[in-house]
Amino acid sequence: MIELSAFLKELLSLPGLSGYEDPVRDVIADKWRPLVDELSLSKLGSLHGLRRAAAPGSHPSILLAAHMDAIGLMVTGIADGWIKVTQVGGLDMRILPGQMVTVLGQRDLPGILQMIPDRLKDKSKAGNPPKITDLFVDVGLAAREVTRSVKIGDLVSFAQLPLEMTGGTLAGHSLDNRASVAALTLCLEELRPFNLAWDVWAVATIQEEETLLGARTSSFDLHPDIAVAVDVTFAKGPGSNDHHTFPLGKGPTIGVGSNMHPALTTRFKKTADEMDLPYAMETMPKYSGTDAMAMQVTAEGIPCAVISIPLRYMHTPVEMVALKDIQRTARLLARFITQLEPDSMEIIFAESRV
Amino acid sequence: MSPKINPNSGMLTIGPAQIALLERLSNAVAVSGNEDEVRAIVLESVKPQADDIRVDAMGNVLVTCHSKAAHPLRVMLDAHMDEVGFMLVEDEGEGIYAFEVLGGVDERQLPGKAIWVGKDHLPGVIGAKPVHLAEGSEMHSAIPLKSLRIDIGPANGGKVSPGDYGTFATKFQKSGPSLFGKALDDRLGVATLIELVKHHPDNIELLVAFTVQEELGLRGAKVAAVALHPDLAFAIDSTPAFDFPRPDEKENTQYNCRLDGGPAIYIADAGTLSDPRLIRFLTQTAEKYAIPYHFRQPGGGGTNAGVIHKALGGIPSVSISVPGRYAHTAVLMARLADWQNTLRLVYTALQDITPEVLIPDRN
Repeated sequence: MIELSAFLKELLSLPGLSGYEDPVRDVIADKWRPLVDELSLSKLGSLHGLRRAAAPGSHPSILLAAHMDAIGLMVTGIADGWIKVTQVGGLDMRILPGQMVTVLGQRDLPGILQMIPDRLKDKSKAGNPPKITDLFVDVGLAAREVTRSVKIGDLVSFAQLPLEMTGGTLAGHSLDNRASVAALTLCLEELRPFNLAWDVWAVATIQEEETLLGARTSSFDLHPDIAVAVDVTFAKGPGSNDHHTFPLGKGPTIGVGSNMHPALTTRFKKTADEMDLPYAMETMPKYSGTDAMAMQVTAEGIPCAVISIPLRYMHTPVEMVALKDIQRTARLLARFITQLEPDSMEIIFAESRV
Repeated sequence: MSPKINPNSGMLTIGPAQIALLERLSNAVAVSGNEDEVRAIVLESVKPQADDIRVDAMGNVLVTCHSKAAHPLRVMLDAHMDEVGFMLVEDEGEGIYAFEVLGGVDERQLPGKAIWVGKDHLPGVIGAKPVHLAEGSEMHSAIPLKSLRIDIGPANGGKVSPGDYGTFATKFQKSGPSLFGKALDDRLGVATLIELVKHHPDNIELLVAFTVQEELGLRGAKVAAVALHPDLAFAIDSTPAFDFPRPDEKENTQYNCRLDGGPAIYIADAGTLSDPRLIRFLTQTAEKYAIPYHFRQPGGGGTNAGVIHKALGGIPSVSISVPGRYAHTAVLMARLADWQNTLRLVYTALQDITPEVLIPDRN
């Protein structure tokens, strides 16, 4: 049995910024190895775990994609020991001042991400949120030591340690989308005792936060019949209560909208209803902001679904999830997969036809 | 010119034990108005060497170390125990609390931080609305303080409630020559004073005040000075080092003080004109023992000296600070060497001070 909280905390304590996912990928690979029949890497570094169908011969396949990359920063310059940075992934500059970070240089260096104080700036800009050019990392070392240990292009990761909060919630950086990587892992564990009719590809994708690169290329390589993007969505919380948001701890969301094939949305909803699993329907009229955006238009087109775990404070170092939402997501995915029959493609799509 | 004295002879040194004490003090939570945790560490640490210890009506710890001299000079040292932080003010349900900020914290330093709340240091967070959902116009101004909440998870079972305190959840660490931690303003001062109680010189009556509520307006020091009625006072604090490159690449003439500059001696701030006799005495002492020092740039800000020098019939006072970057944020940075040199300066000053220092200028 995988202990979810411990596994998730391990995932959160590893770097793995977009384009440099190796550290976290190695740990995911170790966890997946006993749960799959084959483990491989895409040409660009996404992790592919294959759980084969029980019967010999060829079978339809389903791809589950969860991105493993994390947002962070990258060194753009060093002057007199001050380290200038740019963003990797979409950061909110307003939450960056005062964050502890780790500069992944020759060795890991603790640093403080801060902004130039107002008293040194043009008075008209006092009180403004920082621009990326106002920010720097201070590692507290002599300038020559910084020059020796840090170079342009080095990554800077948030150093916030995972926090176990009350009510089975966990906070930390990179829960977007390590929470979904954990859900995929629990799903593989759930599937272990079952004989499957379909091949299942679990894919930990790279560079979602930049260009959806991993999902785009792996779904091309593996040409599945169905692809499911597993990601996080906005949980209701302070300042976030409109229709884009969903209750924390009340189950995953099932995406409905243009990135998702309506037949798959319907089947996931039906599955959740049969399981009596709490969930919410998440309307994503224009785009889902997930790997499904790329997979849907890969090759000749792949029918996609999006399942999301509600998460508070997205893209801050204190993102927060409910562990039971991760477990429910795993169970929903597993049930969907175990119910697949060799001819399910036709049945699922017939179900949705008017 | 008198020969320089070897700075290492008979001096106090910051070693692993002193750093471990600073670590305990930095990790302790003592927001203005509730200084219990730091007070407990102070009481435990000074007990063996103090001749008299009192906790006064406000919660200040007042320590006396007697002199062997017949009519000793009464010298007060002050460092504040409290730190900036938060108080929960309303339970909004589901583990979400509205809070008020205690002390001067820039609202831009709050979103996205881990927090310790209540006696048990329950982990909590101050989150922020996801950037994905922010309107374009919101991005041009700081996230408003009134939109922020402390979130400790939905099942805290009444472990915390309005009236409880919280602060940044930052664990102390050392890296190279630097110290990283929360509340180094003014735990550096508290740790310095503990060392001085442990090694108190006996030529003076040493009156040590570990004070409360500095961050809310120098409240503790005001009454401590009256209770101790010293002949003169040194306020030991941490002052911000704004020693950054200016964005316009002009020379930074507003650095306030600098890391690696040694103790920052105050000449003038918003609350106090330091006593010139004490400034001169400190600089002469520093030069005599070859201790690096610099002057904090005259300007705004202030320390407990602001109330001490006005107490009773007036108390000659001066402030000495350990330079620290990023004051009143989740994590401050100071240099071990600056702390060491501050301790040395105050220690040698205490050893050398005589009533003659206070003889009025005649020119």
